[in-house]
Amino acid sequence: MTLTNLPILSMLIWTPIIGGVWALIAGDRQEQTVKYFSLAVAVITFIFSVLLYQQFDNEFAGMQFIEEASWIAAFDIKYHIGVDGIGLPLILLTTFTTILVILSAWEVIESHISYYMCAFLILTGLMNGVFVALDAILFYVFWEAMLIPMFIIIGIWGGPNRVYATIKFFLYTFLGSVFMLVAFLYLYSVADSFSIEAMHAVPLSLTAQKLIFIAFFLAFAVKIPMWPVHTWLPDAHVEAPTGGSVILAAIMLKMGGYGFLRFSLPITPDASLYFDDVIIVLSLIAIVYIGFVALVQEDMKKLIAYSSISHMGFVTLGFFIPFIIVAKTGSTSGALMGIEGAMMQMISHGFISAAMFLCVGVMYDRLHSRMIKDYGGVVNSMPYFAAFMMLFAMANAGLPGTSGFVGEFLVILSSFKASFWIAFTAALTLILGAAYTLWMYKRVIFGDVSKAEVAELKDINSREGLILFMLAVVVLLFGIWPAPVFDVMHMTMEQLVEHVMQTKVP
Amino acid sequence: MLDNMEQIYLAIVLAPLAGSLISGLFGKLIGRSGAHWVTIIGVAISSILSMVAYKHHMFDGGGVYNEAVYTWLSSGGITFEIGFLIDPLSVTMMVVVSFVSWMIHIYTIGYMHDDSGYQRFFSYISLFTFSMLMLVMSNNFLQLFFGWEAVGLVSYLLIGFWFKKETAIFANLKAFLVNRVGDFGFLLGIAAVLMYFNSLDYAEVFSKVGDHADTTIMIFGNEPWSLMTVICICLFIGAMGKSAQVPLHVWLPDSMEGPTPISALIHAATMVTAGIFMVSRMSPLFELSETALNFILVIGAITALFMGFLGLVQNDIKRVVAYSTLSQLGYMTVALGASAYAAAMFHLVTHAFFKALLFLGAGAVIIVMHHEQDMRKMGGLYKSMPITWITCFFGTLALIGFPGTSGFFSKDAIIEAVHYSDLAGATFAYYSVLFGVFITALYSFRLFFMTFHGEQRMDVETWKHLHEAPAVVTVPLSVLAIPSLILGAFLIGPMLFGDYFGDAIVVSSTHNVLAEIGENYHGVMLFTLHAFKHPPVYLAFAGIFVAWLCYIKFPELPARIVDKFGIIHKILVNKYGFDDFNQIVFAGGVRNIGQILWKFGDVNIIDGLMVNGSAKSVRWFSSKIRKIQTGFLYDYAFVLILGLLTLLAIFVHQILV
Repeated sequence: MTLTNLPILSMLIWTPIIGGVWALIAGDRQEQTVKYFSLAVAVITFIFSVLLYQQFDNEFAGMQFIEEASWIAAFDIKYHIGVDGIGLPLILLTTFTTILVILSAWEVIESHISYYMCAFLILTGLMNGVFVALDAILFYVFWEAMLIPMFIIIGIWGGPNRVYATIKFFLYTFLGSVFMLVAFLYLYSVADSFSIEAMHAVPLSLTAQKLIFIAFFLAFAVKIPMWPVHTWLPDAHVEAPTGGSVILAAIMLKMGGYGFLRFSLPITPDASLYFDDVIIVLSLIAIVYIGFVALVQEDMKKLIAYSSISHMGFVTLGFFIPFIIVAKTGSTSGALMGIEGAMMQMISHGFISAAMFLCVGVMYDRLHSRMIKDYGGVVNSMPYFAAFMMLFAMANAGLPGTSGFVGEFLVILSSFKASFWIAFTAALTLILGAAYTLWMYKRVIFGDVSKAEVAELKDINSREGLILFMLAVVVLLFGIWPAPVFDVMHMTMEQLVEHVMQTKVP
Repeated sequence: MLDNMEQIYLAIVLAPLAGSLISGLFGKLIGRSGAHWVTIIGVAISSILSMVAYKHHMFDGGGVYNEAVYTWLSSGGITFEIGFLIDPLSVTMMVVVSFVSWMIHIYTIGYMHDDSGYQRFFSYISLFTFSMLMLVMSNNFLQLFFGWEAVGLVSYLLIGFWFKKETAIFANLKAFLVNRVGDFGFLLGIAAVLMYFNSLDYAEVFSKVGDHADTTIMIFGNEPWSLMTVICICLFIGAMGKSAQVPLHVWLPDSMEGPTPISALIHAATMVTAGIFMVSRMSPLFELSETALNFILVIGAITALFMGFLGLVQNDIKRVVAYSTLSQLGYMTVALGASAYAAAMFHLVTHAFFKALLFLGAGAVIIVMHHEQDMRKMGGLYKSMPITWITCFFGTLALIGFPGTSGFFSKDAIIEAVHYSDLAGATFAYYSVLFGVFITALYSFRLFFMTFHGEQRMDVETWKHLHEAPAVVTVPLSVLAIPSLILGAFLIGPMLFGDYFGDAIVVSSTHNVLAEIGENYHGVMLFTLHAFKHPPVYLAFAGIFVAWLCYIKFPELPARIVDKFGIIHKILVNKYGFDDFNQIVFAGGVRNIGQILWKFGDVNIIDGLMVNGSAKSVRWFSSKIRKIQTGFLYDYAFVLILGLLTLLAIFVHQILV
């Protein structure tokens, strides 16, 4: 039996879920075993995803490693999964981040760590499921199921105001996705199938497309999140435990971006063209407005949360700028650069936001405060930590040589082809991003020791060092050599852009 | 041979990087001497190999080398590569950067001797050398931008090297943000280049530049703008940030908060000249826009003159040198504007040596004075520090353009070039740089006299322990003094009037001022003699004389002048108010906007009104609806029956109709 015969995508979904269920059964009685077991499951899942990457055919645009089985025959709902150049990088990001999250909980989570591990492992399986589902209902099940472990993570291990935050988070995202379900049901009635690929192909009138687009938009704009439906994110982040924040920022936000690529653009290309101005304006508002808001935050987690929203503005900008470029220049090459840059931005933001939240977590574990004013002069007692955080802060500010630069650079380059002023506005992030990130860094890390507690801080231990080191490696690697990420997605993206630029109105 | 050279070029950039990584990551393991040995060897390799490359290229007819090293990424039909372009322009910069850096590495052993961040410092300056070499050796805009931001990063780290000092960490954030404003323009320029040339490779862009000479684009409404003007001004905004031109100059004086070796290396000799280098590199583009050239000319002239004035009122020895650097960068910029790119590069080279020398000399004084930087507490140091004194004297002579020194040739060439230029801004620029000569001589000799001559104003304790700086300090000073004095005489002929730069610099025949000057150039001796027929030399002498009057002959004179011209003095001390303006309008304004958007936009409108507001209205609605659910069985039974009756009625109605 060779590797190719294995149902590797199913393994990616079910290995962590089964592992999580075991952790639940083992429960609090065997904490140590559960910790090592969870780590092993996370590592094995990551190895599966690396094997998937090795076997993946970069030259093939469509779905690979397809598995198909009937699930609910009456409605032709199938267990239908497969992966392409859009899903693969996100799966790798998910499995990699899971290892970090498991490690970061090690001695930090004091109550019910088995259940904590269980929630994260199951969440990983569900997120992998979202990225591979080819059946709309299967996708919807994974998508909504994801909310449950996240709800539990914030609700149990969260901060003092966690109830407000969880309810806000749940209602906000749930409200959005209900409309998506309605859109799926309508599409089923037209395409006579829940297959996502069939939905891509089915012709739709412009009115229908507009309505479907709005339904999808409500789901994905909340998730990514776009201005003005973003206010759940800072609250959720502030209350979430470190691991929850990491998963939320690194992966769950990407679900929104993934949704745009997998559903909005290919299923409703004409409506996307129709609404592109709105999306671009909202993206630019996110970049600039949120940049200003981030600047005045006093809570580090809130600041990073706002910076995430601003960075996600580049993702939506990159996804929708192609329409203007193609209309203006008639060529898809500039369009491709924008959309691929946006994808790169998603991957890179996964690493950098994870790193930033972990850094705040490291400090929070020691002083139990997220407020900037409670720190100052941390470098004096934690020099290694300060060095790591410097790297991630610079990456967050989009410094060339780190992965944070690549996506922003390509999106700005391509948006110039659409309009000078769009590029101008987007490029303001160069100044704003540096301002809010480095100003925070200055107040927290630099300076003389401000308080007795800060002087007594212990530098990172080897476990924390390992986590930050792993992230530092990927942040630098993809900054210096981003080509592999692009090689994986080229074919799929080319096909996508070609598909999107053709009208679907019958 | 080509294969061989590629390895040499790789070694030139990677040797300092390796040194930096070793001393940064394993600093504790290798100890202090390990850190300085490993980085100095790295930079020495880089410097010697740069000289080999220089010889290969300039004397052995090596030809232009333009190859990619690896593909960074490709997207949308465009391949972004990392690669090297080795031509006279880059090879000159490589030698200057690596050599000055080498000297400063050695000097650092002495200067940072007692500092606890010794290894970290060596790691940073080697990292800087790597970044700067990547910048100058690049063959495309992407890598240029990469190096551009990387040197900015190291500059940020080094200004804030003493991170406990509040002023230092204020200055480094300011430097980074002001540079980011410049980079903002720079990035837009690069985006415009990519859009119209469909490539970021220098050679490809320059070869197609003629196609777009007359292209126009719309930016403000329907007003057509020349594409070249837009690109060039955007790129030049980047240069204004990095090379500290008015109004983006504000970060450079504050950057003196960093240790002196980096003030010499980064904020005088190399990094701040990156903008000058960049514009020279882009000469095929800039030649196509007279608007941009005029803009450059005027900005440069303002910087050259008005920043010089500020040097007159500073008492911090390093800040005087810093304002002098600003002013000299203005001179280089003026040369760029006059299309005398070769003269700008020439001044860049000579300035790198004499300004590094002056900074290191100031640093030597600062060590001996136990980190006292106020010149009012110095004086008469020439007796105890003869080597520092004489090398600084040579450096000062070069700075003011004393006939025969390196600075004389390069500065005179710039003044002459502007004189010949026909651009609209040239007259203003000419008188600015001309008067600037007087100011330069005045503040330079003010510094020299206040520090080394006159009465000794330090306290007794310091005075007793005055001594010459250690050898690791005096040797680099002496080595740098040589090119400060003689390099100009050797370079002027080939660099300005010969074929030194080959095809690396392109000047259109309509504004080739250097060629016009070259017609009357008959060797170094005659050029020097010829200078005595022109005002700059006499202005320099006048400057020295006035300085002598004010600071040696009648030391009470400056105070009387200040009394008389109090307002002007106040304006100068406040640096024309740039800092206050930025602090209030930009730093304060941005924070206010942020507060308003957050408190009003996010908290009140979106969350208060929309999110929690809808939650509240749901609660209100449900509190009303709740009343229907009374919990009494007969109420529910009643509704049940009512519903059944309604359904029945509909059913009957359908049957009947």
